[in-house]
Amino acid sequence: MIRIEVTRRPQPSRLLSAFSPLIALGLTIIAGSIMFMALGKNPVAALYSYFVEPLTEVWSLHELAIKAAPLILIAVGLSVCYRANVWNIGAEGQFTFGAIFGSALPVLLPGFQGPLVLPLMLLCGVVGGMAWAFIPAVLKVRFGTNEILTSLMLVYVAGLFLDWLVRGPWRSPEGFNFPETIRFHEDAVLPAIWFASGRAHWGFVFAIVAAVAVWFLLERTLKGFEIRMMGQSPRAARFAGFSSGKVVFFALLLSGGLAGLAGISEVSGAIGQLRPVISPGYGFAAIIVAFLGRLNPLGIIAAGLVLALSYLGGEAAQISLGISDKAARVFQGLLLFFVLASDTLIHYRVRLMRTVKAGGGDA
Amino acid sequence: MLLQTRKLTKVFGTLTACDAIDFSIRSGEIHALLGENGAGKSTLVKMLFGSLQPTSGQIVWQNSPVTVASPAAARKLGLGMVFQHFSLFDALTAAENITLALDERAPVADIGEKARALSVQYGLPVDPNAVVGDLSVGERQRIEIVRCLLQDPSLIILDEPTSVLTPQEADRLFETLFRLRDEGRSILYISHRLDEVRRICDAATILRHGKVVGHCQPDRETPGTLARMMVGDTVAQITRAPHAATGETPAILVSRLSQPPVGPFSTALHDVSLTVQRGEVVGIAGVAGNGQGELFDALSGEQRQSLADTVQLSGKPAGLLGVSARRRLGAAFVPEERLGHGAAPQMTLTENLLLSRHATDGSAFIRKGGVIARDMIGRAAARISAAMDVRKGAEDPPAAALSGGNLQKFLIGRELDRQPAVLIVNQPTWGVDAGAAARIRQALIDLARNGSGVLVISQDLDELFEISDRIAVIHDGALSAAMPVAEATAERIGLLMAGAAAAPGNAGVAA
Repeated sequence: MIRIEVTRRPQPSRLLSAFSPLIALGLTIIAGSIMFMALGKNPVAALYSYFVEPLTEVWSLHELAIKAAPLILIAVGLSVCYRANVWNIGAEGQFTFGAIFGSALPVLLPGFQGPLVLPLMLLCGVVGGMAWAFIPAVLKVRFGTNEILTSLMLVYVAGLFLDWLVRGPWRSPEGFNFPETIRFHEDAVLPAIWFASGRAHWGFVFAIVAAVAVWFLLERTLKGFEIRMMGQSPRAARFAGFSSGKVVFFALLLSGGLAGLAGISEVSGAIGQLRPVISPGYGFAAIIVAFLGRLNPLGIIAAGLVLALSYLGGEAAQISLGISDKAARVFQGLLLFFVLASDTLIHYRVRLMRTVKAGGGDA
Repeated sequence: MLLQTRKLTKVFGTLTACDAIDFSIRSGEIHALLGENGAGKSTLVKMLFGSLQPTSGQIVWQNSPVTVASPAAARKLGLGMVFQHFSLFDALTAAENITLALDERAPVADIGEKARALSVQYGLPVDPNAVVGDLSVGERQRIEIVRCLLQDPSLIILDEPTSVLTPQEADRLFETLFRLRDEGRSILYISHRLDEVRRICDAATILRHGKVVGHCQPDRETPGTLARMMVGDTVAQITRAPHAATGETPAILVSRLSQPPVGPFSTALHDVSLTVQRGEVVGIAGVAGNGQGELFDALSGEQRQSLADTVQLSGKPAGLLGVSARRRLGAAFVPEERLGHGAAPQMTLTENLLLSRHATDGSAFIRKGGVIARDMIGRAAARISAAMDVRKGAEDPPAAALSGGNLQKFLIGRELDRQPAVLIVNQPTWGVDAGAAARIRQALIDLARNGSGVLVISQDLDELFEISDRIAVIHDGALSAAMPVAEATAERIGLLMAGAAAAPGNAGVAA
């Protein structure tokens, strides 16, 4: 009889923490090929359109940066929350509220122009995200409510509030009754990083800077130490003299602020106005990105790019091979599944055991 | 032979925890397993009980080789185990807890009846309907033992069973063990208490650094010879210079500290008053779960008081202050639970050093902008490890990778390194081997003699007699007056521990 034994390693394996993403990629390619063959498609062509095609053209590299920017920004903030054991699931709402706060300036005061507009908008975006995250923080610290529920429910409140704004008071008078605000004036648009080649905007730069800064915060400063300690061992953190309430506030406000920044950057850089739907679910996808990056801000940069690539690859495969978007999503799911599964190998050893007789009851 | 091991070996990475262990247990004997922390006792027992698989070697049960694939398989063979840390659910009754752990399914009421019958038979009174959270540690241990006996085992493994008992409770446990032995069952008894081993065990196997270094008949040895076999050389004798009373401000002054229970299973504190002078060691004896943890939290500031003067440290009111502020007054704390309270298990030793020192040593350990000075902390950690002889597998391993004794040496060293004016320790040497324990106790005395006030909460009476100048007893959240150690006897302390004549604040001295 053969059984599989999973034993915890005494120490995490360095080798496997380097190679587990490659193992995951290999397994995804194998499983994906089987799936594409079963669909009657050429697996080589399918994999090419997934992983290579989006990287061959300059414009699609720009699209990659545009898609990755909000994912990375939000996920970096979430990594702080999750390391602190604060389960902020409502980044999508904080993203939306950041977008609303930041857009107030160009929408309500279109006459106010100049170089000050953009910094003020970004600042308002951050404040908006923070304000929305402040609510679950207060509820948790003051009344002990579960932040998973409160932050999640606030996502829908924010979404409906945005919907009401763009259909009601903020609707553009020249918009033929379409539910959208006026287009932002030039000073309110986040500029492209490199105009000549494509439309990727400064949001991507913000994302990289935020990731590096938060990495430094978590790994090198006392504040980061406090956050990690509170997440890993709350009793020891109290013994260290840290306050759990302060950590909850800090983590939620930081992640809310970054989500808000992502929101206003997306609206100002990629869309140019407010609409009822401004996000394809970045706030939720960022949860996946945060875990794919192992809650490490530098890993999150890579994870954000990979997830953005799989979005673009999915679109490319739909166009060039006629694969349904369901199959594209399954393939994305396979990738995530194998990445998370392979990470198990870092902490656990899996062995096939041949036992003479299970239970050893032959006495 | 009931049980034999042949060249039993367990390797973890580069560490050989058990190296070709040969030993055997006869039917109807109480066999002691002695060894320092990290000597391989737990690993050996885990292999016997099926929670670890040996790397090589053989276990022979009743003269036939067996593979013990899991604890369930071990129970089927006839092995029972009573763990050092109980595995009981506080919110369930005794009978429900026992039912949960059994491999076969049966109604709770039937099992409760069986448990009651067994408990009467072996002199282990257990009420099957009592909620575990309301029971004393001694009672919880009885539930564990009864649960184990329900499986009718031929070999019972007991891991440090007396560490949580009063002397009187321990005596009762020994009677039960003798009765079990007389029925032909065998007992594998793991303990650090050499006196106990000499008193009740028929044979002993001594482990050091994963190897068997000797077999002996404990009643023919002295505690000194046993300790020498365990440690390899003579255990340092504790020296205690007489304590000169100082008339200055006391190091710790607690006046009329009362506190309601913090959670459903915690103990209230009633009118606790206590003085620790500079230069002395005061011990607090008591059976586990009588408010020691609550008193520690109240003194450390994890639980604040409502009046500033209730707790004074070095003459300054501290009742309203939190942990960091109390540390800044010169106080240092070492809690009972190492992993998860005194240290964060997955964090490295250097990070765990910062845990209790970031507030007091901010100027050395924290640079401008809140950046951690990792080189300085690394150096301090190396200094502490050298001073306390902390043995570790890597330069800066996670706290959980150290053996209990070595981690405790580090945690005590972490505070001593500051030369604190006040040190409050809960269970300083619990589960620590003889050599390390001697080192820790000596360090506590030396700190006091250098002018600090030291308060030691411990369930180990021998330890308290060895190091304390005065001893008080905590029972049900009330503290007796502290009596000079010369006037304290084990009987007198034992009675107070059991709650006799413990009117708060005036027992002991008046007796």
